[in-house]
Amino acid sequence: MTASAETNQSPAILMRGIDKSFGSVRANRAASLEVLRGEIHALVGENGAGKSTLMRILGGLQKPDAGTLEVNGKDVTGWTTSDAIAAGIGVVHQHFMLVPTLTVAENIVLGQEPKKGVRFDYAWAVAEVETLSKETGLVVRADQKVSELSVGEAQRVEILKTLFRGAKILVLDEPTAVLSPPEVRDLWVVLRRLRDAGGTIVLITHRLDEVIEISDVITVMRAGETVTRLETGKTTPAEIAKAMVGRDVALAARQAAGLTDAGDAGDAAQHMGAHTSADAASALSVTDLVVMGSRGTREVDGVTFSIRPGEILGLAGVEGNGQTELIEALAGLRAVESGSIRIGSRDVTYDNVGQRRDAGLSHIPEDRHRRGLILDYSVADNLVLGRQREFASRGMLDGARIAANAQTQIEAFDIRPPSSSLPARSLSGGNQQKVVVAREMGREFTVLLASQPTRGVDVGAIEFIHSRIREARAAGKAILLVSAELNEVLALADRIAVMYRGRFVTVMPAADASEDVLGEYMIGSKKDAA
Amino acid sequence: MTSRFRTQLEEALFPPIIALLIALVCGDLLIMSYGQSPATVYRLLLEGTWGNAYGFGQVLYKATTLAFTGLAVSLGIRAGLFNVGAEGQLAAGGFAAAFVGLHLTSAVPWLIAIPLCMMGAAVGGGIVGAVPGYLRVKFGAHEVIVTIMLNFIVLALLNWLIANHIHVEETLHTPEIGAGAIPRLDAFMPAFHGSAANLSMVVAAITALAGWYYLFRSRRGFELRAVGLQPDAAEYGGVSVRGVWFRALTLSGAIAGLGGINYVLGYKHYYEDGLAGGAGFLGIAVALVGRNHPLGVIIAALFFATLSQGGLAIHAFVPKQMVEVLQGVVILAVAMSVPEVRRVLRLGRKPVTA
Amino acid sequence: MNPFDFVTQTLRIAVPYLFAASGGVVAERAGIITLSLEGYMLTGAFSATLGAHYSGNVWIGLLCGMLGGLIFGLIHAVATIRFRADQVVTGIAINLLAIGITRFFLKLAFDSSSNSPRIGGFAVNTSALGFDNPLLWMGLLAAPALAFLIYRTPYGLRVRAVGEHPEAAESVGISVKRVRYIAVALSGVLAALGGVFLALDQHQFTDQMTAGRGFIAVAAVIFGRWDPMRAALACLLFAAAETLQIQLQGNQIMASQFVEMIPYVLTIIALAGVVGRAVPPAALGKTGE
Repeated sequence: MTASAETNQSPAILMRGIDKSFGSVRANRAASLEVLRGEIHALVGENGAGKSTLMRILGGLQKPDAGTLEVNGKDVTGWTTSDAIAAGIGVVHQHFMLVPTLTVAENIVLGQEPKKGVRFDYAWAVAEVETLSKETGLVVRADQKVSELSVGEAQRVEILKTLFRGAKILVLDEPTAVLSPPEVRDLWVVLRRLRDAGGTIVLITHRLDEVIEISDVITVMRAGETVTRLETGKTTPAEIAKAMVGRDVALAARQAAGLTDAGDAGDAAQHMGAHTSADAASALSVTDLVVMGSRGTREVDGVTFSIRPGEILGLAGVEGNGQTELIEALAGLRAVESGSIRIGSRDVTYDNVGQRRDAGLSHIPEDRHRRGLILDYSVADNLVLGRQREFASRGMLDGARIAANAQTQIEAFDIRPPSSSLPARSLSGGNQQKVVVAREMGREFTVLLASQPTRGVDVGAIEFIHSRIREARAAGKAILLVSAELNEVLALADRIAVMYRGRFVTVMPAADASEDVLGEYMIGSKKDAA
Repeated sequence: MTSRFRTQLEEALFPPIIALLIALVCGDLLIMSYGQSPATVYRLLLEGTWGNAYGFGQVLYKATTLAFTGLAVSLGIRAGLFNVGAEGQLAAGGFAAAFVGLHLTSAVPWLIAIPLCMMGAAVGGGIVGAVPGYLRVKFGAHEVIVTIMLNFIVLALLNWLIANHIHVEETLHTPEIGAGAIPRLDAFMPAFHGSAANLSMVVAAITALAGWYYLFRSRRGFELRAVGLQPDAAEYGGVSVRGVWFRALTLSGAIAGLGGINYVLGYKHYYEDGLAGGAGFLGIAVALVGRNHPLGVIIAALFFATLSQGGLAIHAFVPKQMVEVLQGVVILAVAMSVPEVRRVLRLGRKPVTA
Repeated sequence: MNPFDFVTQTLRIAVPYLFAASGGVVAERAGIITLSLEGYMLTGAFSATLGAHYSGNVWIGLLCGMLGGLIFGLIHAVATIRFRADQVVTGIAINLLAIGITRFFLKLAFDSSSNSPRIGGFAVNTSALGFDNPLLWMGLLAAPALAFLIYRTPYGLRVRAVGEHPEAAESVGISVKRVRYIAVALSGVLAALGGVFLALDQHQFTDQMTAGRGFIAVAAVIFGRWDPMRAALACLLFAAAETLQIQLQGNQIMASQFVEMIPYVLTIIALAGVVGRAVPPAALGKTGE
C-alpha cells in the first residue's frame, strides 16, 4: 500500500520503474519516487546516484527509457519542458540560469514578457515581481542587476522565476551548496512558507544535517536505484548515511578486489608499523592553509596536517567541502591565501607546478578530461605531459625515449589497447585513468596527490590502481588520497581525515574508522575538538 | 592504420575536399552565366598555370607569399589564437627588409646581406605581432580585434612613411636596396623568364619544414599545441599558458613579416605601398584549407595561387573576378564543413565507456 | 571653416557608419561576431545600383539594396548558427565574397571593372546639404530606433539575454537560434543601407567603394561598448575627425594617415581597458562546440 492511499489524494509526483541510460552508463535503474502534495521531500544520494537524471526526467529535459511518470494523478511520461512548466513544475538549478546583465524583474519575466503595444512593459514587470516578493517573503529588489546580487538573493530570484510561471511543485537542486548558514536558514523559512501555502517541494541534496532540519520525507538513491524511503522524524543521520553509502556495495567491491574487512584493517596497521616510524620527517606538511574559492569564499578554512613517508592519508568527505581547492592549492594550480606547504624540507607554498614536480610531487587530478589528459594527443604524448622537459634535449623532444617510456608504462600499467600512438580520446575511461596513473606514479616522486583516482573506472582497473597505490606506500611514498568513495578510503588509508566545510573535523587511524563513524563526521553532525 | 586515426585524418581532409567540390559547382554556375563552357575554362585555367613555365612561375611566386602568411596564421591557431593581422605584419616585414637593404651597399656580400634583410623582415613582423600578444596577456584584449585594427594602423603608418619620407619621386615605393637581393628563378632556369618566381620559395619551404619540426618535434611546440587543445591540462602540465600566447603571436607575426622578402628581396627590390595586396587575409584561408598543418598550408597556398593566376589566364573568357568569388566560396565552405564533418564522424564513433 | 558646413559634412560621412554600426550592435548583442559589415555595405551599394539602374526608380534601388544585405546576412547566419562555422572566418569570407561577387556582376552587367553607369539619387537639388535625402534621416534615426528595440521591446530583451547567457534563455523556452537569425538578418539589412546611401549619394557604384568603412563601423561598435547610442557617438566622432582633416587639408596639422588611424587606435585602447573596460556580450562568438 503506497503512502498516498492513506491520504486518498493522488501524489504530486509518482515515478515508477524509471530506467535511463546514456550510452553504456545506466544513470537510473528501476528508480522510483513518490512525493505527496504539501510535502518537503528530500532526494538524497552521493554523486552519480542518479538524482539529477531522475529530476531531469521529471522536468521534461529527458525522456525515460522505461517506467512511468505521473504528476497529480495524470500520466505524463515523456513530456517536454514546456508541458512541465505549464503543469506547474518549477526547477531551480544548481548553476543559476540568470542573465547577469539584466535586472531581477527582467530575468523573471524573460520568455513571458508583458507587453504594452509594441513595448516591453517593464513597469508592470517590476510591480508584479514586488507583489510576488511580498507574498512569498522572498525579499528581492526588482530593479537590481543580477550581477550585483549575493548568492542567496540570486537563488530567491530563481525561485521567484518558477513561481511567476505558476509553479506548484518546486524542485531545488543542491540549493544550499553555495549558501552560508544564515542564508540557509532564510531559505528554510521560505520553503516552509511555500509548503504551508499548498506547494510541494523536492530538495536534491547530500547535506544530511540540513535534510534532517527541513524535510518531511526522504528518498535515498544509490547507484541509479532507489534504496529506501524514510520519514525524517523517525530516522537517524546514521541510518541515512548508511543507506546513502551502502555497506553492501562496499563489501561487494572489496570482495571483488580480493580484500576482506578483517584483513584490511590488519593490513593497514601492519603497514603503518613497518614503513613509518614515529620520528620520520614528514614528506608533506601543511600548516594553517587557507584557500579562496572561485566565488570569493574560504573553501579551505585553516587546514593543518602532515603525511609521513610510507603513509596514506585518506581524505573522506562529501564533495564540495573544499577538497578540490585543497588539492589544487597543493598542486600549484590555485593560489594560497595564507598558510604554508612543505614537501620534505622545502617550502613550496609559492612554487609553480614545475617546481613542485621537481621537488617530488605527483598529482592524479580529479578530472582527467579537463586536467589530466589532452584527449587529442597520443597515449605516448600524454605519458610525458608535465615531464616534457625531461624528455627533451636542446629543445627537441626525444621521440625514441618517449616511445620507450610509453612502452614501459603501457606494460607496467596494463593499458589497453597497448598502442602508444592512439589518441587518448579513443581509450575507455578506465584505461585513460591508467594513463594518468602510469604517468604520475611511473616517475620519481616522494609525495602523491591522488584525487578521485578511480572515478568512472571499471572494477578491474580499480583493483589495479589500488594495488599500485599500496606498492607506492610500501616503497616509502607519502600519499594523500582524496575520494568521495568511502569504501576506497577505508580500504587503502592508514589514517583518515574527514573534511567538512573547509576544515578537517577529524583525523583518526584507519583501524578506528568505519562507515558509521565516518558518516557522522561527513554530514557534519560530529566534530572533534581542534 | 587503426580506425581511430583514420577518423582524425577524415576530420582533417573531408572539409577541404567538400569545399573544393562546392567551389567547382559554383564555378560552373558563374562560367555558364557568362555563356562559356566550364570544361573549356577549367582546362584553360590549368594550362595557364601549371601548363607553361611562366604561368607556373607566377603560381610559385604567389604561393610563396601565401605560404608565409598561411604558416603564420596556422601557428597562431595551433595555440588557440586567431591572428587576423598577417596583412599588416607582411607589409611591416617587407618594409623592414627594404629598410635594412637600403642601408647596405653593394659591397656587402650576399651571404651577410640576405640574412640581415631577412632578419629585418622577421623582426618587423614580429614587433607587430608582439603587440596583440602583449595586450592579450596583460589585458585579456581579444587578439582578433586588435590584429584587425592594427592592420589599418600599420598600413596607414607605412603609407605615411613612404609618402612623406622615403619614396622615389612620382612613385609610392622606396629606392632600390643596395644589397640583399634574392635571385630570381629565371637566373638559373631560363624557361621561367619573365616570372617573378625567386628563391624566396626555398626560404618558404625551409620555414614550413622548420615550422613542422617546431610544432611536432620540439618541446615548445608540444606545449604550444597543448595550450591550443586543452589549456587546463597544459597548465596542469606546468606550461605557462600566457607565455605561450605571447610567443605564439610574436612568432606568427615574424613569419608573416618574413613573407615580405618575396616581393622586396626577390622581385622588385624595393618596398611598395600595397605590397600585401590581400595576401594576409588570404593567409587565413590558406591556413583553414590547409588544416593548420605546414604541409597542408603549402598545398593550400599552391591551390589559391593557382586560382589567382588562373584568373588572369582565363580573362578573355570570364572575368578574373570569378576567382575572387570562388576564393570566398571555398573559405565559407571549409568553415561550414569543419564542425559538420566532426559532428557526423563522431556520431558514428563508439562512445567511450566508463 | 563654416560650422554649418562642418556639421553637414560630418553627418554625410557618418551616415554609412551609423547604419553599419547599428547593424553590428544588434547582431553582436545577440552573440554573433560580425566582421562582415564591410561586405554587407558593399553588397547593399551594388544591389541598389542595379535596382535603380534597371528600374529607373530610386526607391526600388533602395529596396534592392536592402534585399542584397538581407541575403548576405542570412549567409552569415546560416553558416554560423546552423553550421557553427567560426564566426571570424565567416565574416572575412563574406567580405571577400562580396568583393568578388560585386566585381563579377559589375563586369557582367555593365562591362566595367571599375564603375557602373550613373544612377539617380535622392537629392533633388545638387547642393551639398542633402537634408532632403530621406536616407540621411533614416541613418540618423537608425541608432535611436535600435536603442528602442534593444532596451524597450520584448525582442530586445531576448537579444540581450541570448547574447549574455543563452542557456538561461533556452531554459525559459526562448529559441536562441531564432533570436539570432533575426538579429543577423537585421544587421545585414542595416549595414546594406549604409552602402545604399553611399551609392545613391555618389550616383554610381565604384569598385570597392566602401573602402574600409565597414571596419570603422566595427571599431565604433567596440568603442561604443556594444551600446547603440554610444556606438553612434563613436561614429560621429570618427566622422568629425575625418571632416576636420579634410577641412584642414592645407594646414597639415596632422597627416591624413594619422587621422585615418584614430578609430583603430581608440578601439585598441578601449579593448585594453585603459579608459574603462570594453566588455563584450558574454556569449559573443560562442556557437562552436
